[in-house]
Amino acid sequence: MDVALGRPEVLVDVAERRPARRWDIFLQLNFCIPVIVLTIMVLGAIFAPLIAPYDPLQTSLSARLAPPAFAGGSEAHLLGTDKLGRDVLSRIIYGARVSLSVSLLVILITGTIGTTLGIISGYFGGWLDSLLMRVTDVSLAFPGILIALLLAVTLGPSFTTVVLAISLLGWAAYARLIRGEVLKLRNADFVAQARIIGCSPGRIMLTHIFPNVVNPLLILATLSVGLVILIESALSYLGAGIPPPTPSWGSMVSDGRGLIDTAWWISFFPGLAIGMVVLSGNFLGDWLRDRLDPRLRQI
Amino acid sequence: MSAAQPLLQVEDLRTHFFTRRGVVKAVDGVSFSVMPGETLGIVGESGSGKTMTSLSLLRLVPQPGGRIVGGKILFDGVDLLQLSEAEMREYRGSKIAMILQDPMASLNPVYTVGEQVAEPLRQHQHLSGKALWDQVTEALRLLRIPSPRERLQNYPHQMSGGMRQRVVGGIAVSCLPKLIIADEPTTALDATIQAQYLAHLKDLQRQTNVAMIFVSHDFGIVGRMCDRVAVMYAGRIVETASVRDLFNNPQHPYTIGLVNSVPRLDRKVERLSSIEGQPPQLLNLPPGCRFAPRCYAVFDRCRVEEPPDFATSDDHAAACWRVAS
Repeated sequence: MDVALGRPEVLVDVAERRPARRWDIFLQLNFCIPVIVLTIMVLGAIFAPLIAPYDPLQTSLSARLAPPAFAGGSEAHLLGTDKLGRDVLSRIIYGARVSLSVSLLVILITGTIGTTLGIISGYFGGWLDSLLMRVTDVSLAFPGILIALLLAVTLGPSFTTVVLAISLLGWAAYARLIRGEVLKLRNADFVAQARIIGCSPGRIMLTHIFPNVVNPLLILATLSVGLVILIESALSYLGAGIPPPTPSWGSMVSDGRGLIDTAWWISFFPGLAIGMVVLSGNFLGDWLRDRLDPRLRQI
Repeated sequence: MSAAQPLLQVEDLRTHFFTRRGVVKAVDGVSFSVMPGETLGIVGESGSGKTMTSLSLLRLVPQPGGRIVGGKILFDGVDLLQLSEAEMREYRGSKIAMILQDPMASLNPVYTVGEQVAEPLRQHQHLSGKALWDQVTEALRLLRIPSPRERLQNYPHQMSGGMRQRVVGGIAVSCLPKLIIADEPTTALDATIQAQYLAHLKDLQRQTNVAMIFVSHDFGIVGRMCDRVAVMYAGRIVETASVRDLFNNPQHPYTIGLVNSVPRLDRKVERLSSIEGQPPQLLNLPPGCRFAPRCYAVFDRCRVEEPPDFATSDDHAAACWRVAS
């Protein structure tokens, strides 16, 4: 009956190959580049006081609208200064703190709420599902910017307001996605198996269904990094975001819009930063999707 | 036999589905009993209510729509239908276990095999640490899984179909239940693996003296595995008998048809006989005997009055007017 004679070699083989495959991913460009970009940005945000050459709030009327160093400006301000003489590079570095922490918080909040509601909705079905999905429909149909503006006006623009405003409607996309996945999983035999061995509904949802929706959840989360930063920028641009003088990428773009023909660098560089994070998020999401697909993972 | 108390006694079980088009009586007045250590086979064609009967025993009728509307399920003297949902969960997996049809799908792809065998033990016996893993290894050993310690670390996709079905069996026996319900556990396996798996189940039964309800549409398997057989047709049990009796002396015309349609090696036949017609729509059942439209021995009474069970001997009963007369 013992058919495992040839097995030990197979196990050794796998064990030897695994470390090599683990390092392989750093050779994949669509993993490597976004990870490096995001790491630099996160580190920059954390150590902003050490890296930034100037205080982001310090104005200097003598150095107003200085162009970047490579476009004829001085070495003192690498990416130039804005109309109040504040160093653009320093403001971008400090702005990363706001922009990145807003997106992280928003993703955490919306992901948690959306996943919870999605799993409950998909698992229980019936009237609860109908109710939650109608609420989701309403959230998806509502113009998010409008709600955010409304909140900013009533609560006053602040960091909390921005996070709240974006989260308020952002969970709907998660709920929709996760509910769809759970609908598939709910009738899977392994869920029936969990019921057969006496698991409670709560345990089934938490330990048997949730790990199976982590993949799409991660993908959506990475893809929405960029989206959240864009919404935050839009809010700041409209004056409903992080109140000045705290730098955020969106408000910097907005600051420079009147001077775009004479001092393009004021909006261009924060815009570039936004673009890089959005692209990195999308690349990473794409990479994760390919990576986590079990059919591709086997290869 | 008469002195022993049955482990499971099902009386007049009725499981109905309430659909927009009407009430589907998937299980309609089923009664049977299982002795400790005994194997009862439930046979019947697709849609005869075999699976719904076994799911009803665990009170896991598909929702929404399905509901157990009547009857009694006495397990060890306790009526399972009277228990609360939380009390019922204590029975599932620990006292009554079930093996599903498809081993490919009934294991969770994100957990190792060991975790999944451990789950009912954590759930019901609150084991942890070494005691837990010893018990898990023991469960895998009962199902003859080679080198169980190493296998614990495997994920389902790293195992073959036969091995996976053994793991599913291992999950079922992990808590040493008194009753295992096996719902066509071998349909997804090929013939050699099938034979092996059945031998393991038999072996397991000898070692643990667990009672089994073996649901199948394969007469050959039922003949080999079971002590007694119940034949289901359109939501009812039409005949119950010991395996030997059922094959040698079938009473109900449906059973006779089934037995005759099994290919045999010892008799030369030109064509396999079959039963004409289709099983009835469970939505609108004809009055009288459900088999009447397809029966070769039908007479007037069959079409108006539903036949009760008639005993032909101590442990042989058939629901047919022809048997009564």
